[in-house]
Amino acid sequence: MNKILFFAHLRDAVGEEYLKLNATGKTVGELKVELAGSYNLPKLDTVMTAVNEEFAQDDEVIQDGDEIAFIPPVSGG
Amino acid sequence: MNFQISKEPIDIQSVIDKVVQRNAGAITTFIGTVRELTKGKKTLFLIYDAYEAMAVKKLEQIGREIEERWEGAQVAITHRVGRLDITDIAVVIAVSTPHRADAYEANRYAIERIKEIVPIWKKEHWEDGEEWMGNQLETVAYPSGKPEEDDLNE
Repeated sequence: MNKILFFAHLRDAVGEEYLKLNATGKTVGELKVELAGSYNLPKLDTVMTAVNEEFAQDDEVIQDGDEIAFIPPVSGG
Repeated sequence: MNFQISKEPIDIQSVIDKVVQRNAGAITTFIGTVRELTKGKKTLFLIYDAYEAMAVKKLEQIGREIEERWEGAQVAITHRVGRLDITDIAVVIAVSTPHRADAYEANRYAIERIKEIVPIWKKEHWEDGEEWMGNQLETVAYPSGKPEEDDLNE
């Protein structure tokens, strides 16, 4: 199983802080496309992904237990 | 604990105290505050949210980058989350170095890096609506899914 975290406008779109689902074996990019379709997520081309709290490329394969976070362009400071 | 996300108002002095060192000839402090007007539009208040565990890691990374680039530098950063009103302090960065030029440069580097890689977001609340802000102008896209080397090394 995997925990998928959403922030900022993505959290509003999904309506949850996180989802628990099995994404093991998929790439980060595949998961992104799948969730974009399911939840009609906006502006996903600018969204970064983190796996276990580190930025990941779209071709990274998700392992069982990985925590995935979708990270819109940041606006701290 | 030089790198923190805080739900409470930031005590500036406590951030500065973390970088006091006998070899320092300078400590620079950056205090980021909530501005009322942006391009003529009036902000009522802001909500900051963070992916806290990763945000702390990325602040720590910025600290390491600074220590590598500016010899003898020490860094402390606290970023606030939650609701902030106009003039409230959103972030405090303290950098100490042996010489003053480095302290200014390294502090500037820290705030620019925060705006690139630290997972913190602000939601603007105006009189006529609200919106999550993304890299201010939404000019940056990450086609490969993460910042490019160039973005990370600037």
